[in-house]
Amino acid sequence: MTDSRRNFLKAALAGAGAAALSGCTRLSQKPWVQDALGEVENLTRRVQRVFAGGHALATEYKKSDIAPVFRANGTLNPSTDEYAAHAATGFRNWRIAVGGLVEKPLSLSLDDLQAMPARTQITRHDCVEGWSCIGEWTGVPLAPVLAAARPKPEARYVMFFCADPMGNLPSGEAAYYYESLDLLEATHPQTILAYRLNGQVLPIEHGAPVRLRAERQLGYKMAKYIQRIELVENFHRFAGGKGGYWEDQGYSWYAGI
Amino acid sequence: MPAGDQTVSRTRIPSRLRKALGLAPEGPHYLFYRHGWIVRLTHWANAAILFVMLLSGLQIFNAHPALYWGRSSDFDHPILSLTARGTDDAVAKGVTQIGPWDFDTTGVLGASKVDGQMTARGFPDWATIPGPQWLAMGRLWHFAFAWLFVANGLMFLVWATWRGHVRRDLLPTKDDIRHLPQEIVDHARLKFPKGEAAKRYNGLQKLAYSAVLFVVAPLIVATGLAMSPTMDAAAPWLPWIFGGRQSARTIHFLCAFSFLAFFIVHIVMVVLSGTWNNLRSMITGRYAIEGERAP
Repeated sequence: MTDSRRNFLKAALAGAGAAALSGCTRLSQKPWVQDALGEVENLTRRVQRVFAGGHALATEYKKSDIAPVFRANGTLNPSTDEYAAHAATGFRNWRIAVGGLVEKPLSLSLDDLQAMPARTQITRHDCVEGWSCIGEWTGVPLAPVLAAARPKPEARYVMFFCADPMGNLPSGEAAYYYESLDLLEATHPQTILAYRLNGQVLPIEHGAPVRLRAERQLGYKMAKYIQRIELVENFHRFAGGKGGYWEDQGYSWYAGI
Repeated sequence: MPAGDQTVSRTRIPSRLRKALGLAPEGPHYLFYRHGWIVRLTHWANAAILFVMLLSGLQIFNAHPALYWGRSSDFDHPILSLTARGTDDAVAKGVTQIGPWDFDTTGVLGASKVDGQMTARGFPDWATIPGPQWLAMGRLWHFAFAWLFVANGLMFLVWATWRGHVRRDLLPTKDDIRHLPQEIVDHARLKFPKGEAAKRYNGLQKLAYSAVLFVVAPLIVATGLAMSPTMDAAAPWLPWIFGGRQSARTIHFLCAFSFLAFFIVHIVMVVLSGTWNNLRSMITGRYAIEGERAP
């Protein structure tokens, strides 16, 4: 190939590529493009649910598969005085309220949770960033906790409100981490309120005293430092209205992929 | 199939330039109908789809620019990593690590300029969709276009299998394999088939197209699905056959770069063997063959 042809080819490819690329970047800023691409999430969710249904279990691994160091991500230590006070007393007075669309609101202490039948599972944690870690989690399956509160028929989603502050909402109000699952995922047998990791009391960096494990979802769904669980018909009235802290930043609500 | 029509060149273009550009030759020739409309449609759709898939994939990769083997990430021993060195305030150097080896790739991999400022980034902003670091948007592009990739690919494969295109034109024959050494020598000398022989794909072409269609494409879809925690619950064998989710992610990455390597060789071959003739045949379907049409 002569130099001029090579240069022409390079320039043509680079030019076309750069134009397409900056086009895609500009399109990414447009709400209608975000909405259109985001719509596909519903298709993905429906199709994956056909395959996985309500009860397909995430793979459980052997003890020997447990990662030597389980990476902690997101908030590593909530920066509030209240949380520090709870941590100093070993979360003795920590309570998790279960409310919203239920017949019988609950307020559960750590002792209450630990008195309920527990489940231990060695599972793989997949972060949206791309890495994975295997760890052993112990906790109370969420399904019987919800059943004890007797959900009303109109309840469709389970919200998890957390103790870690995440800056401010556009309104100026303090924002806290929150997440949501639909009832199918919330009542899955491996969805637990975990209070132990690898046989130890759940460390602060992993969400002490209680975090969510939803094993068929990505890590950002698994809220840490849980203080309040609320059953709702939809999540539009909370914070940014997208059902979770990262969802409000543009991440998909469906985190099965 | 439409009959090839004799064409007469009207303008005088030097024959060397004519050849270089792949214009129809001055001598006797005819236009041969080489690519059906489904091939042409799915080819160009695939080009656009793969462009978005590759660049949005690099955006996703940039969220954690390291690859591992196995089920989980052994953070201290990645197979490959693109990292930045220096202080938090002043990124000085980009390093690409492959196994035990480190390479200084400052400016391109590991660290590159964003708005004039050297920044820690796996792949540079001219290689990702969207340009800025924006994982959420990269994922939206990637997962939307993944559906298009599968739909477009299936449309082609179903048609190509049904119409015998796969068996007749794409799968290498024993003869093709036997002639491979000669084929390689001819390609190295930039000697391309002419006349009747130019109507068929040669052995190297068949091998390359078959590898991309029947190995890399299915593999990239399967390894992509193996990274989905819900799919893994539905089909636990899926990550297992690849040696774990992180291995699947590594194979996914290798497949993406196999597509890129294929693309580069493909473009070079298109240019070397007559740019316009090849382009025309993939746009209108018609490819100029030197010589007289066989009766």
